[in-house]
Amino acid sequence: MSQAAVDLSVEIAGLRLPNPLVLASGILGTHASLMVRCARAGAGAITAKSAGPVPRGGHVNPSCVDFGGGLLNAIGLANPGAEAEVALLAETRAQLAELGVPLIASIFADTVDNFARVAEHISRAAPDLIEVNISCPNVGSEFGEPFAGQPESAAAVTAAVKAATGIPVIVKLAPNVPSIARIARAVVEAGADALCAINTMPGMLIDAESGLPVLQNRSGGLSGPALKPIALNAVYQIARVVQVPIIGTGGVSTGQDAIEMLSAGASAVGIGSAVYADGPDAFGRIAREMREWLVAHGLTLAQVRGRAHRQAKWPEAATPAPVPHAPAAETAPPATPRAGAAS
Amino acid sequence: MTDLARSEARAFLERPAGLPRPCRVVAAIPENYRTRTIVLDTALEARPGQFCMLWLPGLDEKPFSVQSAAPAAFTIAAVGPFSRAVHRLAAGDRIWLRGPFGRPFRRTGRDHLLVGGGYGVAPMLFLAREARARGERVRAVVGAREARDLLLADALREAGAELWLTTEDGSAGLPGRVTDAIAPMLAEDPPDSLYACGPHPMLAALARLAAARGLPAQLSWEAYMRCGIGICGSCEQEGMLLCTDGPVLDQPASV
Repeated sequence: MSQAAVDLSVEIAGLRLPNPLVLASGILGTHASLMVRCARAGAGAITAKSAGPVPRGGHVNPSCVDFGGGLLNAIGLANPGAEAEVALLAETRAQLAELGVPLIASIFADTVDNFARVAEHISRAAPDLIEVNISCPNVGSEFGEPFAGQPESAAAVTAAVKAATGIPVIVKLAPNVPSIARIARAVVEAGADALCAINTMPGMLIDAESGLPVLQNRSGGLSGPALKPIALNAVYQIARVVQVPIIGTGGVSTGQDAIEMLSAGASAVGIGSAVYADGPDAFGRIAREMREWLVAHGLTLAQVRGRAHRQAKWPEAATPAPVPHAPAAETAPPATPRAGAAS
Repeated sequence: MTDLARSEARAFLERPAGLPRPCRVVAAIPENYRTRTIVLDTALEARPGQFCMLWLPGLDEKPFSVQSAAPAAFTIAAVGPFSRAVHRLAAGDRIWLRGPFGRPFRRTGRDHLLVGGGYGVAPMLFLAREARARGERVRAVVGAREARDLLLADALREAGAELWLTTEDGSAGLPGRVTDAIAPMLAEDPPDSLYACGPHPMLAALARLAAARGLPAQLSWEAYMRCGIGICGSCEQEGMLLCTDGPVLDQPASV
């Protein structure tokens, strides 16, 4: 099969995405021009930056640094507020529609009622999907923490948003909970049409010379390669207990990373920090690498999805033979393979 | 952007941005009534037009154009709490730096016209020194509102640039704006390329002038940069990210 013939399209909550790569919230989602640029560069869906009830200026710099293993950011939900967001979303949606790329609005709020209010407001722009950000780690106890941290509060926000809009709802979950599967099950029971897992992981960097945290906000959200094993585990645990599609997000920067995320049970893959390394061209590159991988392995996307959940099966003959008791092992040359070790 | 420019920009972007690293101030040189150059005890692998983030822990972090790479130097006007704090630094004091970031100027041809408005002169001095070191012709036009706002004129002259000064109130050099000084130059003895940094209206006027003459132009746009590394979107300008696609953009800009 040629790479051009590989079908990467996926379905999320009844919506067809040309490919599974979703621009994650908070990355370049501030202007229609940048979101359209990501779509042209090969994104399969675009998530706008989270909008809240009122405008927010965000945190003082440093608000985003590269620590080597990824990024730590505390942008602080800088956004123009729901009122201005409606115009931005409507403009963006019209331009994305021409490219066949769906738009996901993202919302946050300080109370359950305000979540519903923002959702209702934002729905006027008719985004294709609404992502409910109950998990931003960068605004302390002011927002987020109480909602994503407990099944009850996460479910309450979900139910309120579902009641406020007819647009399908994605709930974005936090990684720093004792059982993300419990939270996932609660929000799906409350009506979530899809899940996004995970948001960034709370982290801190300290400048030893000054003795102060590097981010002015002190703590921030960790993303990029260091987050990938945490995201894979979260998606895997969630996929065991819910049937709704999962947008697996966290540390995906290559086509193989994306394949791994789908193998964990995700239906689509969020792309965020990879844009730092490559600019919007990251989308085209990752999609190309996915096609190459699928062709090389003779697999379809559907065959890859959830692959990690199958039982490992080994042919009888490949089972390692028991290692015979060998009292003289200590004197044996170290290069001698143990029986069956190579099979 | 051409493929060559893209790969050049990529080469810069692929270098790890890293964490802020502590530096010491070696000298703090007054340039005019509200502007100082701070020289640091470090050297940067930077090109003219690139910028660094300077950090004073607990206060703020802001982007500044590199004025000199070796040693690292930044020319900073006291316009807010952060830049005023930088002005209070003396030799031996510490400041933290990360970068360089962004896409630099790329010299095209051997006859360069450099235009600096306000404190946009800083990267032009770096560019003038680089071009003169290679024996290329540099004409520099420095514009300001009034005589006391002029910046780095002596340094440009010492670097070997042919220098024109303009002030809007006529208190020094040619009365008027930089475009008034440049228009006759473009007609009589056009350079190979135009490079500029300064206020947006000045850059917009230069872009029109260059376009009308078919002159290649690279303009360095100022913007508030939040992340500085191409992800937050706060420095968007017509679909471009000024922190990574810029701050130097080719005219006409193309994605």
